[in-house]
Amino acid sequence: MGAYTDKIREIAGRLLKDCQVEMVIGFRKGSMPMMNEPCFVTRADAVDQLVWDGSCGINLANYLTGRTEARIGVVAKGCDSRNIVTHIIENKIKREQLTIIGVPCTGMIDKRRLKNLAPGEVLAVEEDGERVVVRGDGFETVHQRREVLQANCAVCHHRNPVIHDELVGDPVSEQTEVDRYADVRAIEGLSAKEKWDYFEALLAPCLRCYACRNACPLCYCPTCFVDEAMPQWVGKSQNPVDVRTFHFLRAYHCAGRCTDCGSCERACPVGINMRLFTKKLEKDAYEMWGWEAGLSLEQRPPLDTYRPEDPEPFIK
Amino acid sequence: MTCIKIDKQLWAQGLAAAEAQYRLFGPVKQGALYQFDALAAGQTPDLDGPNTRTSARAVVYPQSEVLFEYSLDSRDPEAHVLKETPAPAPRAALAVRPCDAYSFVLVRRNFEAPDVKDVYWLRNYAATVFVGLACDRPCSTCFCTSAGCGPYHEEGLDVLLVDEENHYLAKTITDKGAAFLQTAGWRTPADPEAEARIAQRRSAAEARVVSTVPTDRLAQIPQLELYAANFWQDVAFACINCGTCTYLCPTCWCFDIQDETRGNQGIRLRNWDSCMFPLFTLHGSGHNPRGQKVQRVRQRFMHKLKYYVDKYGDGIQCVGCGRCVQYCPVNIDIRRVCELMNGYGQNAACKVA
Amino acid sequence: MQPNPYLPYPVRIDEITIETEDKNLKTFKFSFLDPADEEKFAYRPGQFAELSIAGKGEIPIGIASSPTEKGFVKFTVNKVGLVTSHLHKMKEGDVMGIRGPLGNWYPWDLLAGKNVVIIGGGFAFTTLRSSIIYMLANRERFGDIHVIYGARTPGMLLYRQELAAWEARDDIHMHITVDATQDPSWKYNVGFVPTITDQKAPAADENTYAIICGPPIMIKFTQPVLDARGYAHDHIVMSLENRMKCGIGMCSHCNVGQYFVCKDGPVFTLAQLNAMPKEY
Repeated sequence: MGAYTDKIREIAGRLLKDCQVEMVIGFRKGSMPMMNEPCFVTRADAVDQLVWDGSCGINLANYLTGRTEARIGVVAKGCDSRNIVTHIIENKIKREQLTIIGVPCTGMIDKRRLKNLAPGEVLAVEEDGERVVVRGDGFETVHQRREVLQANCAVCHHRNPVIHDELVGDPVSEQTEVDRYADVRAIEGLSAKEKWDYFEALLAPCLRCYACRNACPLCYCPTCFVDEAMPQWVGKSQNPVDVRTFHFLRAYHCAGRCTDCGSCERACPVGINMRLFTKKLEKDAYEMWGWEAGLSLEQRPPLDTYRPEDPEPFIK
Repeated sequence: MTCIKIDKQLWAQGLAAAEAQYRLFGPVKQGALYQFDALAAGQTPDLDGPNTRTSARAVVYPQSEVLFEYSLDSRDPEAHVLKETPAPAPRAALAVRPCDAYSFVLVRRNFEAPDVKDVYWLRNYAATVFVGLACDRPCSTCFCTSAGCGPYHEEGLDVLLVDEENHYLAKTITDKGAAFLQTAGWRTPADPEAEARIAQRRSAAEARVVSTVPTDRLAQIPQLELYAANFWQDVAFACINCGTCTYLCPTCWCFDIQDETRGNQGIRLRNWDSCMFPLFTLHGSGHNPRGQKVQRVRQRFMHKLKYYVDKYGDGIQCVGCGRCVQYCPVNIDIRRVCELMNGYGQNAACKVA
Repeated sequence: MQPNPYLPYPVRIDEITIETEDKNLKTFKFSFLDPADEEKFAYRPGQFAELSIAGKGEIPIGIASSPTEKGFVKFTVNKVGLVTSHLHKMKEGDVMGIRGPLGNWYPWDLLAGKNVVIIGGGFAFTTLRSSIIYMLANRERFGDIHVIYGARTPGMLLYRQELAAWEARDDIHMHITVDATQDPSWKYNVGFVPTITDQKAPAADENTYAIICGPPIMIKFTQPVLDARGYAHDHIVMSLENRMKCGIGMCSHCNVGQYFVCKDGPVFTLAQLNAMPKEY
C-alpha cells in the first residue's frame, strides 16, 4: 500500500499548494503497531506525515462533523465515503466543502486478533502485498492478509469509495460472494435464553467509556440520551440494565444509517463486538427495504421516508 | 524486612487459608481479557498474563460505589435522611503490579488532603493489603522507570512477590503484609541470598524498560505558558473524547455523584467520571468552560503532567503503566505529549520508542 | 472516626420566600433537626454549602444568611436544573440536608479596618447579603461600606425589604440600580452595574477593597472600570462558579489549573485569577 501513501501525499500536497483546500484530514504513522492516528495537515511541506496502510480503521467522516472550514480535503476509504454521504444527507457537512481523496480499500487489519494470535507482545507489523508479517521479542509470524482482516472488512461489499474527487489507485474488485450476515443469523437462531446469556456476556466488560459512540460518525447528537439530565433517561452506574440500555438504544439510533465501518468495535478498549447490534439493524434495513446506507446523495434514508406500500400496518 | 519462600505447590492452599479472613482480588482471565477482579471462592489469580486491562484501582475505588442509602417512605421517621454504608471487611489485592500499587500513593494525596479526608477511599485503602508481583516482562509501552516507580518498586505495597520458577520469594514490606503471609500460612524463610537475587532481578527488569519520557523541565515551565502552547490543536485533533484513557488509568480519580431511587428506597452513589466528557464541566446556565475538545484534552495532560507536578512537588500523576498508550483508540500517546510539554520552549526531538 | 464529609446535616424547611417577580428565585430558611449541628455548621460570609435532596442529588449554593443571624441558615436558589427545580416544589416542613460549610470566604481578616465596595448583579447577590449583614453587625470593624447592586428590573432585585432598610441607614452607601424600568416611582439608579460602578465607586487606595459577585458578563465589563479607577488586582476580590459535585476538593469537577473552586475558592483575588487558566 506504499503506492497509496505516495499518491495521498502527492494529491494532498497539490491541493494545499494550489489553495484548493485549507486542510487535509488523513492518517499519520502511529507510535504503536497497527495504530495510525487521525491528523490534519495544513501546509504542503508537511504532507509527508500522511500514510496509508491496513491500520487506518478509524472512520474519518467522524472528523468532519460540523466543520466550518470552506474547503477540506479528506482521505476516505469505502466506508468513510459512505459515512460522508450520510453526513451530507444529514447536514453535518456540505458537499462543496469537501475534496474527497478516495482510497480503494482491501480491508483493515484486525489488531486485536493479531495480538491474540501472537505468542508475545507484538512490536511491529509489516504489510507486504498479501503477506502480513508480525514481529515480537523472539518471534516472527506471517499471515495471509485476508485471514487477519477486521470482521467487518472481511464481508465488506463496498470497498471502493462511492463518492470521491480524487482516487489514489485503480478500483479494487468488490467481494460479491461473501456472506455478510452469517454472524447475525447465528444469533437470530439462538433461543431467547441463549440470546440473553450471549448478550450478557458480550456486554459484561463494558466500562461505559463511550469510545464506541464517540468513534461513530453517526453519533453526533449535541447531547446523547445517556448524558441527558432532565429527564435523566439512563442511570450512570455499572448497573447492567443501564449498560444494556445504552448499547441497545445507540444501535437503534443507527438503524438505516450504519455502514458497518467497524469503528465502534475497533475503538473499544475492552474488545466488545457491539457491531453485532448495529449489524442486525443493517441487515433488517437491507432485507426489508433493500437499503444500504450512504450509497447515494439523492436517496433519503428509509426511516425518514414514507411509502404508501410500506409493509408495516402500524403506519397506516 | 524478611523474605519468605512460597512453594508454588502451597500457593492455592495458602490463598484458601487467607480467604477465611480476606476477600481476595487479583488478575483473572475473562474471555480474551485479563482483568483485576474479585476472586470467586477457591479461585486462584492468573499470574501469567500481561498487566490487567483495567488496573487494580477499582479494589479501593470501584467504578460505582454506594455512599449512602435512604428511604423516601413518609412512614419512616428517618425518611430523607442519608445513612452511611458499612465499611468493607479486610481484603487482599493479589499480584498487583508495582506500577499500579504506586498509583495509590499518588491518588492518596488527593483523597487524604491535610484538612479533609475522603472516608470511603481511605477506609477501602486501609482495609486492603497489597501483595505485589514484581514485573519481569515489561511491555514496550511501559515507562514506569521515568514515572517515579519501576517493575520492582515497593512504594504502595505490603508484600512484593518475585517469581523464581518453582516458588515465589515474598519480600515483606509492612506489618500488614507480614500478617497476611502469616494468615496464609507461608512461613518458610527464604535463603540468605534471596534479597541479593531480588536486587539483581530488579536491575535486570529495570533495564528491560526501554521506553522513557523526560519530565525534568515540567516544573520550571510557567503553567500559563504550557497552557497556551502551540501544540494542543495538533495533539487533540484525533481525540474522540471517550473515557478510555481516564477509565483505564490507575491514577485518574474524578467522579460524579448520583442518586438512584427505586420505589421508596434509594442510594447515593459515586461513579467514575471523565474530564474528557463535555458534561463534566457544563454549568446549569449552559456555559461550558471546557466546551471544546482541545480544552478537555489539554486539561487531561495538564492535570497529570503540570498541575499535579506544581501542586504536590513530587513528580507526575502517572505511573507509566502504558494502558492509555495501548488502548487509546486513536493513538494519542502520553509519551509524545510529555515530550512536547517537557521540551516546550526548546527544540526537543521526539524520542518515543 | 473521621467525620464523613459527604454526609449532610438533616434540616427542615422553616420558611420559603419568593424573591423575584419571575418566581424563579426563592429563599429557603432552614433549621437543623439536631440543634447541635448548627454549631458544627460554623461559617463565614462567602462560603457555600451543598443542598442535598435524597433521590435528586446535591447542588452547591452560596450561604445567604450571616453567621451573626442565629437559629437558622438561609439560601436563595435559582430554579435551573433537576435539584433546584425539585427544591422549588418543596414545602415548609419538608426534610432535606445541607452539607458544609464549604469553600473559603471573603478575606475578612484582611478587610478589617478597610473600606469595602460590594458590587453585585442579579441573583449572585446571596453571599453579598451575608457579607452586608455581617459587616453591619460588626460595623465598627470596617471603614466606609459601599454597595452597588443591579438587576434587570426592580422586581428582579433580591431582598427588597432589606435593601430599603439599608438605604435608610447612614452608615452604608447603597447604590441600587436596574437595567431599565417603566416604574415612575423608582427612586434609585438606572443603568448597568459597570456604569454605576464608574459613577459611584470610591477612588481606589491601599485601604479600599472591591468584592465582585455577579454573572460573567457583569464581571467582564466591571473589571475594566475598576482597572481604570485604579483598583489594584489584589484589591479586587471575586467569587467564582464552576460545575461541582463533591464540594470538598475530591471529585475534581471544578478545577481551574491546580486549584479547586470548591475548596481553594470560590473566593479569589483578581491577582490570583490572572495566574490561572480562564476555565470558569
